Amino acid sequence: MDLAYGPEYDAFRAEVRDFIARHKDKAPKRFGVSRPSEESLAWQCLLLEHGLTARTIPKEYGGYGAEPDILKSRIIAEEFTLAKLPMGIANQGISMLVPTLLELGTEEQKKKWIEPTLKGDVVWCQGYSEPGSGSDLASLQTKATEDGDDFIINGQKIWTSTAHAADMIFCLVRTEPDAKKHEGISYLIFPMTTPGIEVRPLKTMTGHAEFNEVFFTDVRVPQKDIVAGRGQGWFVANATLKHERGMLGDPNQAGARLKEIVDLMHEETMDGTRLIDHPVYRDRLMQLQARVFAMQFHGLRLLTASLKKEDPGIARLIVKLQGCEINHQLAALAIDALGEIGVLYGDSPHLRAHGSWQHRYMFDLGLIIGGGTAQIQKNIISERGLGMPREPKPAKA
Amino acid sequence: MEFGLSEDQKLLQESIRGTLERVSPLERVRAAADKGEAEAADIAQALTELGVYGMMAPEAHGGMGMTLLDAALVAEMLGRYVAPAGFIATAVMAPIAIAGAGSKLQQEAWLPKLASGEAKAGVALAEAASGAREGAGVTAAGGKLNGKSLFALEAEAADVIVVADKAGGLHLVKGDAKGLTKVRLTSIDLTRGLSELQFDNMEAEALSSGDAAATLRRVVDAGRVMLAADTLGAGWMMIEKAVAYAGERKQFGRVIGSFQAVKHMCAEMASELEPCRSLVWYAAHAFDTMPDEASLMAAHAKGMTGDVGRFVARTATEVHGGMGFTDLLGLHYWFKRIGLDRQLLGSPERVRHEAAVMQGWAA
Repeated sequence: MDLAYGPEYDAFRAEVRDFIARHKDKAPKRFGVSRPSEESLAWQCLLLEHGLTARTIPKEYGGYGAEPDILKSRIIAEEFTLAKLPMGIANQGISMLVPTLLELGTEEQKKKWIEPTLKGDVVWCQGYSEPGSGSDLASLQTKATEDGDDFIINGQKIWTSTAHAADMIFCLVRTEPDAKKHEGISYLIFPMTTPGIEVRPLKTMTGHAEFNEVFFTDVRVPQKDIVAGRGQGWFVANATLKHERGMLGDPNQAGARLKEIVDLMHEETMDGTRLIDHPVYRDRLMQLQARVFAMQFHGLRLLTASLKKEDPGIARLIVKLQGCEINHQLAALAIDALGEIGVLYGDSPHLRAHGSWQHRYMFDLGLIIGGGTAQIQKNIISERGLGMPREPKPAKA
Repeated sequence: MEFGLSEDQKLLQESIRGTLERVSPLERVRAAADKGEAEAADIAQALTELGVYGMMAPEAHGGMGMTLLDAALVAEMLGRYVAPAGFIATAVMAPIAIAGAGSKLQQEAWLPKLASGEAKAGVALAEAASGAREGAGVTAAGGKLNGKSLFALEAEAADVIVVADKAGGLHLVKGDAKGLTKVRLTSIDLTRGLSELQFDNMEAEALSSGDAAATLRRVVDAGRVMLAADTLGAGWMMIEKAVAYAGERKQFGRVIGSFQAVKHMCAEMASELEPCRSLVWYAAHAFDTMPDEASLMAAHAKGMTGDVGRFVARTATEVHGGMGFTDLLGLHYWFKRIGLDRQLLGSPERVRHEAAVMQGWAA
């Protein structure tokens, strides 16, 4: 046990703090789910230039070219969270496509796409889920049939965030209809302006259209715009999904939310009594504080395991399930403690925190479902973590 | 930055595991419980040979001066094997009390003997840690103790007992002292000894050389971390037993562990309990190196494992179906051990309230 970072990292932390002190006024107020604003693009470039985002991506592809250093990445995240500053553009192009191309793309694909994606000039969306293929993603039916040097794509995708604003899509399609389901999929990248693509916003329970449906009718895509070859799509997607699950359930975000609730419970009163003085709400707060602490220390444990290149086993598999659940319960506590005020929404008078607690409560439920549902997570934990048997396949009718 | 166990700590835990697997199998636990033997001499002897009783005593007094994290690794294994053996009081809480607030003479008199396992210690401070039940509480005046303390740990056969009075003072009492009456309290958990101690104008030595109030705080913090670690070990054993049982038991033509209803129960247990390990490690490490955080983290570790432990104990029993409810499998020894851990030295509700007070969020 040694929780000190050591002099090299203390110096690095000081550099990050110095950057924040000098530039924090330039940070955009919020990053939306649509195209980045001018302000966001400028902020992103500033972060790229200082190696505070895309830090380990090679210079030749527009990154900073630093050696991978988990502790430095963590220090950046800690300091930005502390200062309540956005870490830079966090879209699926940067978090999922870029690592995928780095791992599996051709030199030409890397040269062409990584730099503009990092700078925020090219916005991507992810075409994975379909109406009939959610948890059972490998059963996807969107077809790509060969026609000369091209594929002709027909089908439908759903849960496609940012599709309405995206320039490009990375998309799973079935190219080999006669192969086994996991072996007949390919990973294609193509412009959203290609004729035959229709995007319809999908309004969710939050009242916002955080997602879209995307329809493909005879969409023509050159065969060369495939990543890692025909039939390799499932393998490519799994390489990317691990990047997505790493993003969900971040315990430091939960720590920041807990702090907001502590403030809220000190500020808000009911019958003249502060909410923090109400023993039942306070006990719920304390229960959640213990869980948030536990997940933060759990994060330190996983960090140590990756530094030592050890497999933390089941400790890693539980993070998405636990993290998303705790975030949801935090939002629930804030709503409950606020009583009727907790249900106010939109632009209502008496609204607190711009209605964000209700938005989070609903959106976090979406995160419990998305990125591998809680039930799929439990299958993974029990099968891979505890070695329990898989559900037997039903006998063929 | 390293948040994890050292190679030495891993080896320590493995050696305790190996020994307890050998000396504390279920049949041995059952035999001890049947005889009302909460501290089995053969198991204590095996632990003595491993040096377990000298872990926390300072090196100057014949101990090894190890960390509370090391002790937590041992406590976890004792919980895993529901070992009927003294540890929390005699190896951890009492040495911390005597080292923290004892005079040089008191330290010399007891620490080397406790470290070698030659003498055993108990602790009687439930009133300070969990609140006093009606009629309980010890008063100290003119070197004499009066009153009673409930739920004393490992006190029955102890040579020396650390007693907390109502004012937060600490005292050393000999196990065979005149004016001391010990009454055995029978709890659900027959693997650990609980007693009521009655003091009738009994002479006691005060532990008053250091800061007694701060020492009492340290002793309670350490005890809470040990109980949390005990539950962590017992809980994981219950999960492993549930997984193993679900992999053998067949109904409807397949092992029940292939039903998602059963798998998900196991996944939920694991995903609730494993973060407790991170919290227990941190709380123990805070005790060792971060005094400002130690009490808060000990309280949270105790509270969270108390609640999660209860969930694991009932869920693992349910996975075993009717067999889990029987005496035959002996699963109930773990269920009851976790049940006792939850209540001792501050229930989850109590420690959470304390945690709020420590942060200035409650009076």
